[in-house]
Amino acid sequence: MSKLLWIAFEASDAPAAAGFAQAVGLGFDLLQISGQPVTDIGADKVLSANLSEMPTSDGLAKAIAGVAGGYSHVGAVSSMRSKDVLARVAGLMDAAMVTDVVAAESPTRFKRPMVAGSILATVEVLSMPAVLTVRPAGFAKGDRGGSSSVESISLDATSVAKRLGASARGGARPDLTQARVIVSGGRPLKDAQTFESVIGGLADALGGAVGATRAAVDSGIAANELQVGQTGKIVAPDLYIAAGISGSTQHMAGIKDSKIIVAINKDPDAPIFEFADYGLVADLYQAIPELRAKIGK
Amino acid sequence: MRLRRALMKILVPIKRVVDPYAKVRSLPDGSGMDTTGLKFEINPFDEIAVEEAVRLKEKDPSIEIVAVSIGGAECEEQLRKGLAMGADRAILVETNDPLDSTVVAAELAALANELKPDMILMGKQATDDDNNQAGQMLAAKLNWPQATFAAKVERGDGIVRVTRETDTGDETLELPLPCLVTTDLRLNEPRYIALPGIIKARSKPLEKRPRMTSAAPKTRIVRMEAPAARQAGRKVGSVDELYVALKDRGAL
Ligand SMILES: Cc1cc2nc3c(=O)[nH]c(=O)nc-3n(C[C@H](O)[C@H](O)[C@H](O)COP(=O)(O)OP(=O)(O)OC[C@H]3O[C@@H](n4cnc5c(N)ncnc54)[C@H](O)[C@@H]3O)c2cc1C
Ligand SMILES: Nc1ncnc2c1ncn2[C@@H]1O[C@H](COP(=O)(O)O)[C@@H](O)[C@H]1O
Repeated sequence: MSKLLWIAFEASDAPAAAGFAQAVGLGFDLLQISGQPVTDIGADKVLSANLSEMPTSDGLAKAIAGVAGGYSHVGAVSSMRSKDVLARVAGLMDAAMVTDVVAAESPTRFKRPMVAGSILATVEVLSMPAVLTVRPAGFAKGDRGGSSSVESISLDATSVAKRLGASARGGARPDLTQARVIVSGGRPLKDAQTFESVIGGLADALGGAVGATRAAVDSGIAANELQVGQTGKIVAPDLYIAAGISGSTQHMAGIKDSKIIVAINKDPDAPIFEFADYGLVADLYQAIPELRAKIGK
Repeated sequence: MRLRRALMKILVPIKRVVDPYAKVRSLPDGSGMDTTGLKFEINPFDEIAVEEAVRLKEKDPSIEIVAVSIGGAECEEQLRKGLAMGADRAILVETNDPLDSTVVAAELAALANELKPDMILMGKQATDDDNNQAGQMLAAKLNWPQATFAAKVERGDGIVRVTRETDTGDETLELPLPCLVTTDLRLNEPRYIALPGIIKARSKPLEKRPRMTSAAPKTRIVRMEAPAARQAGRKVGSVDELYVALKDRGAL
């Protein structure tokens, strides 16, 4: 049977299933681990586990693999969590895996970036099932409507790894991977406080999210979950403002799908100007407050 | 009471990758990567894994570190670097077969079943394929618990405590041994290897052996091409001009 099982860890992961399933030409069921069942995206059925706490990956992968038998494709939105869990699911199912799918040519041929986005590879899956993590920006948004039936299931996700504690930062700002506007800062932001007031301030004025380069995160100026790039988050906002960012291949790998890229950099030869829709050669400490004044917040 | 085991073995898989800082292009005919004139290095995340193993060994000299690479004879260069950093011995599973993560995981699982390490420390992803798969697949095959994206590793009695980066911050997991940990960028900063270290590493044991499984790849790259280039933009002369341009595009 050719059918997709889409794993939604949270309700917000679900809608991307529709556009992807359409592109591949497959019907799909939704396995929703937590949150209110999403019934208006065209799933044949929604399997709702309704867990109140996300299990660690060994238990969760075992539980998902238990449901996934019989499906030709198992997919999820690309994220650190889906990479952690789904690659383990692939191991348990002895399945092929394609990470970070950005386009589908057929149910067995997918495109994905590699080498920090320098190369677009076409990957052929040689044996089914296939486990996929998908970047939604590559696919049209599916139609919403209808009402799928919901089946409650109980997942046994007993884990060997124990979670001792977790930080949940983030706060009031939108999630980086979903944000329409992102303001990102790099190495020249002196310290965490300056980063927060300059970059965070502009982001708040625009109702956007905050991102950072690896250099900014490594030097403790920004939190690790804000890192954008090859080894951080992949973003696709309408507007990406990069301030004090040189434009390394690794950083650009994470922002190429942005609709508009603005670069503010005091070095006219910074590589980021080769990618930016609008480049402003300026000191960010002058330009950003000026821009905020214009926006009027 | 359980006795603390005197000897611990850590297996560190190492992949040889094209210089992560080089600009890499696809070949004009789409058949692969153009690596002419480019250097090859240890995958940076694997270098972090070796460094972490060496730091654990510095606290407990009874630890044995075994570095392993799967690939052609040229991978010896990266294994020697791992030895120079402080690994005790190295194994090259020598093959020119096409590999994907499922094959790598199968070979590493066979090796782990033979060597019985207490921990496997490896990179979260290879910077050439950017797959982020092999570690989790391997942990699944061994039925070991895993902690991916590690930012901190602490050893306790029969356990390790790993702080790992998540989409929203970080979390701390406690895993009984044996377990598998994949490294993220902020776990440590690998040491610089001076020449004497490299020379000394030449006398450390490096065993070459054939593959142990007949696992065949489940994926194949059929084409590599340049990604669509972004349309070149323009420079704006002032914040005013930027503001107007963004307003006109409806971006503000
Ligand atoms: C394996 C690996 C993975 C990596 N993954 C990532 C990743 O996921 N994401 C990532 O971002 N990086 C990543 N990197 C790091 C990457 O190679 C670069 O080192 C990093 O992106 C540089 O960050 P930056 O632009 O903030 O700093 P820099 O390159 O130092 O650039 C700072 C820029 O700020 C400008 N500037 C200085 N002062 C001012 C001022 N007052 N006003 C305006 N402009 C100013 C300078 O002209 C310069 O262009 C990775 C590297 C490796 C090896
Ligand atoms: N050929 C190989 N030899 C040894 N280790 C490998 C090989 N390929 C991948 N690995 C390990 O698997 C990790 C993840 O790789 P990947 O799934 O390809 O992104 C790497 O960081 C290495 O530790």
